[in-house]
Amino acid sequence: MATVEPEVARPQNSFIRWIDDRFPLLETLRYHATEYYASKNFNIWYVFGVLSLVVLVIQLVTGIFLTMNYKPSSTEAFASVEYIMRDVDFGWLIRYMHSTGASFFFIVVYLHMFRAMLYGSYKKPRELLWIIGMLIFLVLMAEAFAGYLLPWGQMSYWGAQVIISLFGAIPFIGDGLVEYIKGDYSISDITLNRFFALHVVLLPLALIGLVFVHIVALHHVGSSNPDGIEIKDYKGADGVPVDGVPFHPYHTSKDLVAIIIFLMIFTGVVFFAPDMGGYFLEHANFEPANTMVTPEHIAPVWYFTPFYAILRAVPNKLWGAILMGAAVFLPLFLPWLDRSRVRSIRYRGWIYRTSLGLFVISFFALGWLGLQPAEGVYVVLARVFSVIYFAFFLLMPYYTTIDKTKPVPERVVYYV
Amino acid sequence: MTDDVDRNRRHFLTVATAVTGGVGIALASIPFLVSLRPSARAQALGAPVEVPLASLEPGEMVRVIWRGRLVFVLRRSQAMLSNLEQTPPDLLRDPNSEVAEQQHEFAVNPYRSIQPEYLVIEGNCTHLGCAPLPEFQVGPAPDWHGGFFCPCHGSRFDLAGRVYKGVPAPTNLRVPPYRFIQDDVIMIGSEAGAA
Repeated sequence: MATVEPEVARPQNSFIRWIDDRFPLLETLRYHATEYYASKNFNIWYVFGVLSLVVLVIQLVTGIFLTMNYKPSSTEAFASVEYIMRDVDFGWLIRYMHSTGASFFFIVVYLHMFRAMLYGSYKKPRELLWIIGMLIFLVLMAEAFAGYLLPWGQMSYWGAQVIISLFGAIPFIGDGLVEYIKGDYSISDITLNRFFALHVVLLPLALIGLVFVHIVALHHVGSSNPDGIEIKDYKGADGVPVDGVPFHPYHTSKDLVAIIIFLMIFTGVVFFAPDMGGYFLEHANFEPANTMVTPEHIAPVWYFTPFYAILRAVPNKLWGAILMGAAVFLPLFLPWLDRSRVRSIRYRGWIYRTSLGLFVISFFALGWLGLQPAEGVYVVLARVFSVIYFAFFLLMPYYTTIDKTKPVPERVVYYV
Repeated sequence: MTDDVDRNRRHFLTVATAVTGGVGIALASIPFLVSLRPSARAQALGAPVEVPLASLEPGEMVRVIWRGRLVFVLRRSQAMLSNLEQTPPDLLRDPNSEVAEQQHEFAVNPYRSIQPEYLVIEGNCTHLGCAPLPEFQVGPAPDWHGGFFCPCHGSRFDLAGRVYKGVPAPTNLRVPPYRFIQDDVIMIGSEAGAA
């Protein structure tokens, strides 16, 4: 065999060399870190992917330690959470990190998704990357929902009752499906036990698998950037994009700063406002589940409220469920709804800018309305903002076509 | 060894292997999927429950659990019954109890009950399953003749559990199967007419 091996530096350390002969260690590190080139003009919007990974790790670690003391049984669950809070050394810290982590997971994921909408990160060739990301979002919602039942508080029980009942809106099979999901005629010990299994085994595995695939897809197509141009189009003599810098050490050290600031905010909430005035931990959930009485005011945790407000805006069970589902799934189609020739908002016209602004306002407004009682002016407002929410997506093929775009630069631009 | 590959044969064998394997996996998944159905114990715990009515005052309601579900047992007073009769049918979505799944034949009557005095009804809103609150006072809204109000999404039902128009709940509250085993004791979960 006279083939010439390419000139790749062999590791100096004999142990690393031994590993590298048996496992593509350095090759992997080069491909994903030291020779993965991402644009040098990333701004703050580009830290939320890494922060999502940080929260995922926090949730996995704290979750594992919580399972060591939690009991997934309807008679013991509530008391076991109280036991963790009071009697387990630092149990309060681990539990508050987990509950705060759930809310922060959605904060960073929503910001991460909004980044893609700002800079058109979902557009060709990153459609599949976006779809995988949306699947992560859906699994995350299921994970959060299953986890919320586990403390077996009043809001756990009745929130689950409401969401599972949504499946009852499906014609013909609905009632049977609801019974099948519950595994009983009502939400019971059996339901709690299986939600525990989903929350700690199936869904985290799915989440980790999808995150892995998300990163593989990202590193295959390359990261986008605030200008929405392809840095691969301008390569130097060495074949390296001239506007790119190696992910490690350049982006990792920048990400480290973001991680430290994030952890300062995160621990601030964990230590000083773990229930966030009822937004992160709802007050009704400090009471054990009571199958006889629904809390006077029932609302999901804040991260579900925009969709919940859409559900309640519709005075029809089936259509409410359909529109809520549509609101969750519509972003999946963004790569095809968006017909603009440019990716980044920097070079889009006023129509898209206005539309995106209205979308953000409607998302926040729906989020707030989902926490209010479903009566009077709140319902009217929820209908108005639901229409704006759907119009943003459904009219997108039209308004992104007529929107006047500005010329896109060939090289990335700095705004210092 | 020849390079002549019978591509048709190879394709057939590939597809046949994949289909056989797929059928095997599908069949093997059945026990796992069936295991998620309500277990024998869950079904046994869904046995009928007896509710004595003797201690109920007119206008009084008790909550009982049958199959883990909430059931309201309300002894309607004469005033309530006359309020019920005054509820205009055009305010209601299904005044004549025509949606068959929501009650057995015995409850297809203006009172949706065996005896007009006693209302036995599931306490889960037909919208998304919250427990409606008893709001038996008439008014203050002019079209409110007393009934049940769901705090979650604002569905309203009259004193026979019939749903109002313009609320998210699609159907009347469900009447569970029940029968009188004595003059003043009912058995919920047991088919009417059996005794």
